[in-house]
Amino acid sequence: MARNEQNIIQNLDWLTVLIYAACVTMGLFNVYASVYNPEEQTKLFDISNNAGRQFMFIGTSALIIIAILVIDHKFWEVFAPFIYGACILLLLVVLVVATDIKGSKSWIKFGSFSLQPAEFAKTGTALLLSRYITQPNINLSRWKDMAWAAGLIILPMILIIASKEVGCALVFVSFLIVLYREGIPGIYPAIVVISIVLFILSLFFSPLYISLGLSVIGVLVFYFVIPRYDRNRKTAINLVVIFGAMMLFTTSVEFLVNNVLQTHHRNRIKVLVDPKIDPTGIGWNVTQSKIAIGSGRLWGKGFLDGTQTKFNFVPEQHSDFIFCTIGEEHGFIGSAAVVLLILGMMCRIVFLAERQRTRFARAYGYCVAGILFFHFLVNVGMTIGLMVVIGIPLPFFSYGGSSMWSFTILLFIFLKLDAQRPFTLSRT
Amino acid sequence: MSENRKFFVYGLFVVVAIIYLSRLLYLQVLDNTYETASNSIKAIPDIPMRGQIYDRKGRLIVYNTLVYDIYVTPNKLKVSDTLSLCNLFNITKSSFDSLMKAAKTYSRVKPSLFMRQLSKEDFARIQDAMVDYPGFEYQKSSIRTYSAPVLAHALGYVSEVSKKQLDAQEYPYYRQGDLIGQSGLEKYYEEQLRGRRGVRYVMQDVHSVAKGPWKDGEMDTIALAGQNLYTSIDLDLQQYADSLMQHKAGAVVAIEPSSGEVLTITSAPTYDPALFATRDFSKNYAKLALNPYRPLYNRAVMGSYRPGSTFKTVQALVAMQMGAITPGSVFSHAGAPMKCHGHGGLSGVHSAIQWSCNPYFYHVFRRMIYANNERNVFKASAAGLQRWYEDSKKFGFGQKLGIDLPSEAKGVLPDAEYYDKRIGQNQWRFGQIYSLSIGEGELLITPLKLANLAAIIANRGWYIAPHLVKGVGKNDNPLPEFKEKHETGVNRLYFEEVVNGMEMAVVRGTVSRGAIIPDIQMCGKTGTSQNKKGKDHSIFIAFAPKYNPKIAIAVFVENAGFGGFAAAPVASLIIEKYLKGHVDRKAYEQEWKNKNFLQNVIIPKSQQQPSTPKEKPAPPKPEATIVKQDNAIISKPING
Repeated sequence: MARNEQNIIQNLDWLTVLIYAACVTMGLFNVYASVYNPEEQTKLFDISNNAGRQFMFIGTSALIIIAILVIDHKFWEVFAPFIYGACILLLLVVLVVATDIKGSKSWIKFGSFSLQPAEFAKTGTALLLSRYITQPNINLSRWKDMAWAAGLIILPMILIIASKEVGCALVFVSFLIVLYREGIPGIYPAIVVISIVLFILSLFFSPLYISLGLSVIGVLVFYFVIPRYDRNRKTAINLVVIFGAMMLFTTSVEFLVNNVLQTHHRNRIKVLVDPKIDPTGIGWNVTQSKIAIGSGRLWGKGFLDGTQTKFNFVPEQHSDFIFCTIGEEHGFIGSAAVVLLILGMMCRIVFLAERQRTRFARAYGYCVAGILFFHFLVNVGMTIGLMVVIGIPLPFFSYGGSSMWSFTILLFIFLKLDAQRPFTLSRT
Repeated sequence: MSENRKFFVYGLFVVVAIIYLSRLLYLQVLDNTYETASNSIKAIPDIPMRGQIYDRKGRLIVYNTLVYDIYVTPNKLKVSDTLSLCNLFNITKSSFDSLMKAAKTYSRVKPSLFMRQLSKEDFARIQDAMVDYPGFEYQKSSIRTYSAPVLAHALGYVSEVSKKQLDAQEYPYYRQGDLIGQSGLEKYYEEQLRGRRGVRYVMQDVHSVAKGPWKDGEMDTIALAGQNLYTSIDLDLQQYADSLMQHKAGAVVAIEPSSGEVLTITSAPTYDPALFATRDFSKNYAKLALNPYRPLYNRAVMGSYRPGSTFKTVQALVAMQMGAITPGSVFSHAGAPMKCHGHGGLSGVHSAIQWSCNPYFYHVFRRMIYANNERNVFKASAAGLQRWYEDSKKFGFGQKLGIDLPSEAKGVLPDAEYYDKRIGQNQWRFGQIYSLSIGEGELLITPLKLANLAAIIANRGWYIAPHLVKGVGKNDNPLPEFKEKHETGVNRLYFEEVVNGMEMAVVRGTVSRGAIIPDIQMCGKTGTSQNKKGKDHSIFIAFAPKYNPKIAIAVFVENAGFGGFAAAPVASLIIEKYLKGHVDRKAYEQEWKNKNFLQNVIIPKSQQQPSTPKEKPAPPKPEATIVKQDNAIISKPING
């Protein structure tokens, strides 16, 4: 056993750990910068402010990491259903005894600390989904198996949406990546991607232009992409049907936006379409966030010298908008470094996942990469005005115990599985 | 097959990262709109105190008083009890509502002006209560304060810069809400008085609450205090002149001949300059602007009158220098189209001045006009007038003297071209312009120019442009143009002739007896300025003492009749006051203080108060806005 533990330390992917440590440290300093008040010397290690607490969260994360590395790797696969079940149970509990924080009923309060089960549900779902889809008798191109997998994902999503954490629920869309990798027909992610593209296009252009564009593309596809022998009546009809479906979706977007979505969601979409709309009202966050980042210029204003991110111009700057602080105080150099760090970590995880000997470990790796990617995509995107504002944290940077712990757990379970790799026999 | 899908995943990650990096590059490096939109750093203008204005004895005339402007931010305002708030500010509910409405129209989140210029006392009362009403804040500012209610026209006033002025400025310095000198010295010396505005950069939070200096004040510029003005005005004399000019319309300008320094400059009726320094500025301004006696009109530098007989001094001097006459020339009354006032026999220029003999100067002017070889009478007239014009111009007529006050009138000194335009070239001759000989006709001068003429005669031939400010920033530091001597080119001996005549005019001539100052040799010349509307204006120029003169003066009293009657006593009293420091002729002084010539002033029909047709329109009583210069005000202690 002792030898085994030593090997785990040796086999741990230190590159990922290093990136993790860098992200967490930079996050801590930026949380400090965002709560720093030049008028009263804010102390970094003072539990009464958010920076001090973030430091404590990081400290406890270290304990969690040690625990994960000590626990047998089999545990996660074997107990995945129970972990998943516990998460679902917590999500149910939270609906009953939730503490209302900013209109969302997803928090359980323990004394002065609040816990958000939704954050941990991501890990639970990732574990059980990975276990399910890697069973030998499961074929993801089969309707039944796909439906089960989708059910595993959708159940926590519904519960999370019920607790009014739509942003957190949307993260579960990222499991499409692992499903894609593990064999669902490419058409499904394609449909999702095309839907998103169409949705965005329909926000900016009238259906008439979109139908014109689609027709042109359809004709081009018919004559240049589809091989000559397939260029028959049937294919043409199929294309027309696809075209009809796409147009139906396009025209329904306006109805969706105006009638199904809630006002604040609608407003966020409006702001994305037209950033100049009501800059002091619904456009406030995005406008201020862009001003903060834009004012950083190439080299930034310097650590603690930011001005936009102090003084509450950017709301939620220590949690969801932490990227503004980075952009303002460290400029393009700093924010590009953060983007590259996260990109590096995501690619590294995919790389590690691909070298796994068990399908479970590989699938789980893709889950981790997917979740990180979704958070990165939305969080950074919204601060620079390319994404709808959805309140989800930037992994390892944003302030918050739940997110810090859940991302740590998510990542280190995978690193533990990876470190165990030399001692595992391949099942595939 | 699924193996290859990892490349799609890598690709997705990398593409998104590249998109985000390019966006960041654009936002942070290429596009600088967001840098300038930075709203956490606010530039706070640091407006320096305006320079103070002193009199020639170092007494303060104008200084600054700290006042407080109250601002309100509608969105932050929380008022539980509107009534007590109204009581606090001492306003009615309806005016509170209209103020709030105006503020909301401007902005709900930015502070707008709620109440201007609260005194220290009023502010002290409000300050404690202000904590109960979030949304109110204050800013210190200052208003001009005057140690005496005098000199309104010369000092001018300061008010908010107008839209037109904002647009017209060459180097954008002023901004909306800034104060700027609008007339008088305040306008002329605006740049010196205002100093230079500084800027402090402070950081502020989202609620516009200041959070300390930005970059520790590295980028701040220090405000430069305005420079003080040291004027040559004698405050005592000014108040005395004002008191003599009450119930009269006209002007008094007194100059120290040797330096060109203006001792006193009065335009009557006047008003209290403090009226324009309060928050009731527009109300007071409108009231004064509607006053039929035109108290806002600065008669001393803008009022254009005919010089009347005072101009005979110039005619005599120019003629003698030209050689058209000699000091001993004598002319008969025959052939002159104007009457003489009746006097003894003349024995030369000095007695003609003494008695102000009209026919004499008719001949003098005729000699000057025809003192050339032109045969044609029209051409001779033109050539003669042009020569006369060139010589008379050296006395400062028909042009700006360059006093340090804005809107000085040029007046009119007609030259040949003037009549060519009016009548036609070679179509006019002496017969049409002879009124000029006795200072009537087309001649127009300002009281300032006549005072300058008195100074020229006192100096026997030269002048320094009259000016009010003899020190900018420090005493005895006038602008360079006020050190320059202007020569008239007339021989000093000829001046002595005129001076003798003026001396005799006072002792035994056209000047009324009472105007003689005991122990002081005053030389003066009366003038009666004809005008189409009503009674003649009374004019008097004088200087004293005869040798080494200390004061030269011009007094205009509108519609008071003959020059020796009204203007000469006023001038003599002012000279006595200045030279002796006090006036012995108390009864005489009182008499002239009380004399009312305002009732003779013809008010233009458009400005008359509606009255019943049969009744003779009684002149409206001077309104309260016209300052009554009684002794109570004059004896008011002067600060500084």
